[in-house]
Parts: sequence; C-alpha cells; structure tokens
Amino acid sequence: MNDPVDVLIIGAGASGAAVAWSLADTRMHILCMEQGGWMNPAEYPSTGRDWEARFYGDYSPSPNIRARPEDYPINDDNSPIKVVNFNGVGGSTVMYTAHFPRLHPSDFRVRTLDGVAEDWPIDYDTLAPFFAENDRMMGVSGLAGDPAFPPTEPPMPPLPLGRSGALLGQAMNKLGWHWWPSDTTVATTDYEGRARCINLGHCTPGCAQGAKASTDITYWPVALRAGVELRTHCRVREITTNEHGMASGVVYYDKDGVERFQPAEVVIIACNGIGTPRLLLNSVSGRFPNGLANSSGMVGKNLMFHPYAQVYGYVEEPTDSNRAPPTCLWSKEFYETDTSRGFVRGYAIQFGRGIGPVVEAIMSEGKGILPWGADHHRVFRKLNGHRLAASAICEDLPEEHNRVTLDPVLTDSHGIPAPRVDYSISANSAKMMEHGIARGREILTAAGATDICVNSPIPYGGWHLLGTARMGNDPERSVVNEWGRSHDVKNLFIVDGSVFVTSGGVNPTSTIQAIALYVADQMKRRLADLFD
Amino acid sequence: MSVENVLSARQCGDLRVIAAMMIPANAEYEVPGADDPVIQADILATLGRDVGQVSEALDHLARIAGAPLAGLDDARREVIAKEFRATAAASAATLIRVVLQCYYRDDRVLRSLGLELRPPFPKGYSLEQGDWSLLDPVKARPPIWRRAP
Repeated sequence: MNDPVDVLIIGAGASGAAVAWSLADTRMHILCMEQGGWMNPAEYPSTGRDWEARFYGDYSPSPNIRARPEDYPINDDNSPIKVVNFNGVGGSTVMYTAHFPRLHPSDFRVRTLDGVAEDWPIDYDTLAPFFAENDRMMGVSGLAGDPAFPPTEPPMPPLPLGRSGALLGQAMNKLGWHWWPSDTTVATTDYEGRARCINLGHCTPGCAQGAKASTDITYWPVALRAGVELRTHCRVREITTNEHGMASGVVYYDKDGVERFQPAEVVIIACNGIGTPRLLLNSVSGRFPNGLANSSGMVGKNLMFHPYAQVYGYVEEPTDSNRAPPTCLWSKEFYETDTSRGFVRGYAIQFGRGIGPVVEAIMSEGKGILPWGADHHRVFRKLNGHRLAASAICEDLPEEHNRVTLDPVLTDSHGIPAPRVDYSISANSAKMMEHGIARGREILTAAGATDICVNSPIPYGGWHLLGTARMGNDPERSVVNEWGRSHDVKNLFIVDGSVFVTSGGVNPTSTIQAIALYVADQMKRRLADLFD
Repeated sequence: MSVENVLSARQCGDLRVIAAMMIPANAEYEVPGADDPVIQADILATLGRDVGQVSEALDHLARIAGAPLAGLDDARREVIAKEFRATAAASAATLIRVVLQCYYRDDRVLRSLGLELRPPFPKGYSLEQGDWSLLDPVKARPPIWRRAP
C-alpha cells in the first residue's frame, strides 16, 4: 500500500491542474493521478508534413479513433454527437481550439429569467475573481470593451483580424450584428515563459510553439514547483469508502498495469463530464450500491453537449486558410433569450478562418462539391484557401434521459467498464440550430460566399461534456453542493464540467477552471471544518 | 508484414485506377494524377491503421466490378464507382480520404497550389492585423448582455 496523502486529485486536465495549483499553498501533501503521460510538443502534428493526416489518426479528437494506450473507449453509438477529448497531462486543453469565452451572468439564472431548467447555486459575480485569476494563469489574449459581456481585462492583446476576420467583420457590420475578437488562450506576446503565436494554424491537436495554453505548460509547472506530486500513467478504477461512508482512497493501475491502493484524506475528481460519472458508477459498494455520491440518482444524467450548427462557404478573396489560429471572432447577437425566435436561451457564433488543403479536399469531396475527374483541379482551386465558417454553439438544456451509464460489454485496456452515452438533441436545441443555420447563411451571403454548406450537428463535436454530476442546494436533485462537495460523501469533491447545472452557449473551459479555483478557495477557507 | 503484402496485387491495381478516376493528371496545372507512382507509394507506406478499411473497400469494389478495373471501359468504371460510393459508405470514405491526404501533400501538387513545401512548425506564417476600425460601430453599441438577479 502506498503512503497516504492529504489530497488526491484524479485527472490532470483543465480543472485538475487548476485545483492542484490553488491548493498547493496549503502545503498539504497533494497527489494527482493521471491516466496519460506528459506530451512532447516536438511530436505534435504541426512539426511534420503529414500534419493534416494525423488528425484522422493518432491525433484524432475522438478517443475511439485515436485509440492511444492512454485512452478509454466510449460507446457513443446512440448519440448524433460523438464524444471528443484528450487524455494526458493537460487533458483536453492539449487538444482544443483555445477559444475562451466565459459563461454569461444570465446563464446562472435560467429558471428565474426564462423558466427553464434550474438556477445555479452560484452566480457570475461569485466566479468573477476566479475567472480573472484563471485568465492570468492560462494567459488570455483578447480585447476589453465587448458590449455583449461585463467588463474584462485580458492580459494580452487580441489575435490579428487577418483577412478572414476582416471579411467576416465587414459582413457582420452590413447586417448590423454584434461581433468581437474572441478571448483566446493563444499568446499574442511572449508570456510567462511561453513564446508568442507564430501562426502554425493547426492549433487544435497540440501547439508545437507552446503559444496555446494547455495546463501542462501553464498550471502544472508552477504546481510542481510548489510541491504537488503528479503521478502519470495511473488509471483509477474506483474510489473506495470506509465504515464511516467517507472516501478512503482509490484503487488504480500503475504504469506497469499493477493494481494498487492509494489512501487519501480527501479525493477530488477532475475527469470531465464522461469520465467522472464513469468513475462514480464504477465505485459501487454495499453502502453505495448505485455508485458513489449517487443517492439522488443524478450521477450520469443531464448530459449536455453544445450542439454545433456549422455553416461554411467560399469567397473570391483568399482567406487566412490554415495559416492562423482557426477561430478569431465571436458574436453574441443571438445569445440572450428572445422568445420571438421560437426557442428559449440562445447561442454564440464562433467564426472560422479556414482550413488546410487536405481537410478541405476531404470535407468537400464528402459534401459532393468537389468532383472526381477532369474538373477536380479547377474546383479545388476555387475552394482551397477561400473558406469562411460560422458555427452556432447552441445552449443545451439538461434532460435526464441524456445520460452516461456503464456499458455492459465494452471495457478499457484494464478491463474497467467503459462509459456508454445515450443522447438526443432536444426540440428547443433543434430550433436553435435551425435559427443559427439561417443566420449563418445570411452572414456568409453578406460576405459574398457561395457554395454554402451545412454541418448540423457537427458529428465529432462533443467537446463539451457537462452536467452529469451537477451542483445544487437540494441533495435529491444534485450530486455536489454549491462549493463542489458531494452531498453524500463529505470528503469527496468534483471540480470538472460535470458540475454544470446548465451549459450556456459558449465553450466551457474558462468556466470549468474558474469553478475549480473557486472550489479550491472554498476548501481552503473551510479547512478547519471541511467535513462538517 | 509490409502494407504491400497486406494489399494484394489486384487490390493495388484497383487502388491505382480508382485514384486516377478521382484525380487525373492535369497538364494545365502541371500536376500528376493520384495514380502517380510516388503518390501511390506514399499511400501504401502510410496506410497504417487504415489498412483494414481500405482493404475492405477494395474488396467491395472488386465484388462490384467482377474484374480488375484496369480492364474495364470508362463508362463501366463510372457506373462501378457510383455504386461503390453508394454502398460502402464507411470504408469507401476511408479509401477516398487516404488518397486525398497523400495527394494533397505531394510536393508537385502543393507547388501548383502555391503552397510551401514544409510543415507549419517551426517557421509559422505571417498574419496581417486587418482593419480594426471595422469594430468602431460595434464599440458604439450600448451593452447588450442581460443582467441577472
């Protein structure tokens, strides 16, 4: 048996890194276990001529396609949106677009404002200082003064508009709609040891330059210097409990596949909205026969993605194509509820600068706009380097039938039952997507685009894994309380996207990390009576 | 076992023909077809995890054609290609992808497209700032975010 630790964190991604860093100043013995290893940026796809092809192989965002030893399979056959993630130090911050909006103040009050779902037990103002702290730690580039959001102070200037951004900005101005340069964790200046962006363009599957913030190069180096221990290639099978109903530690497989027990005084789960319910449901015992922390029956339920409705087209002018970070602007014109649209809540629009030649060819052939035969070359030259995209990222509301359970057959390489996802797009989300597609067409038409195509939903677009262990004041309707502690197990905390009550209509990483910092802060304030 | 040994001679032959049907050589743009030996060698050398799906796609193609594609006339090949794409969605998509991803990284093709023959890192690319005055009308708007109680 290993020596006991004060705090055991499971998962070294966006939230695990943030909570580890914040708790380090307690000088407790903090151990983080991560099923993957450290990434080597010299091996990222953008360093080789096969950089685009690897997106379909060992750097696919889908764990089922990527199938690295660190990955676990996910049965998402019964979902139109497939789960995408990354496993390793840094988690899915290694493989994300670095688009970094925050949830809006209204997102925390959906029941009060719109009569749907439930209000969060916390609000934007509570998280505001943690958003700012996270912006400093991750290194956010952006422009203050967005009229669609409360004041913020990004520590670095925004990414350049480029050709694509200017074309899209002109189109939005023609329509009189809001747009703004995105907050992004791509460094536009040298920042805290990170080199500035040099426009590798292929940002999502790892940034070889280190300009894109992933927690392996932001939080973790600082946390390790402060004394946090990070143990890689350790896959946790279950959380164990003692005779008092408290978490006592975890059973895990080490890098050699040997089963071990790690005792801990406090356990913090940071495994994302799929991995966290999977772990809780795998942690059954006589006292917790339906899985740990699941007296409410809510573990695994209320899974929310953000259904993406993507519209793209082709302009005569050359765009930035793959030669810049892929996202550059957002619009919040349709973010807040307007019931005249036929749905409640709303969506942000995320604009895309363009893509590289291989992906362009594959996508266009698949859409039937790039022919086989003699005309292939002429058409490809019209498409390649001329794409603009607008994606509506739609707020998904919680529904209990959208859920994560354990697959009765599928297991990972250690024999641990794999997660199964059952998910369907709600009528409200579908109306929102239709609205977004219509607006996207208007935007691209205003930009002069033709050959307009639609991907709705983006099938491999399940980046945002939310709601499956939600927070709340009512133990019968939620899994953790308003500061992340399990209602059932007083020394068990959850800090990842599974605690989201609703999803908002923006990328969630910024909010996930702000919540992790907030929970850590609450723990530090309550150390004397943490388990009361 | 090398990929060449995994794919049979018949499969390799059909792969060349179907690739040429997708992307024929073009003198105007000074580009080879996807049946070019260098591109075919790249496809075979890098099939990797796709070999099963590609092999399945080529077997399906052979069943539809009933004979090596090279021995059929153009009209018959067109009919077979249409049926192939309609009846073998997943494996056909993989086969098409591996052809495209090797074709569009070939030096001659990239040169014809005016693209540099290098990976993005370490040189990167330049990105113009763009006209920030475009944002002035947006800056002039009053706050549009919804306040929450």
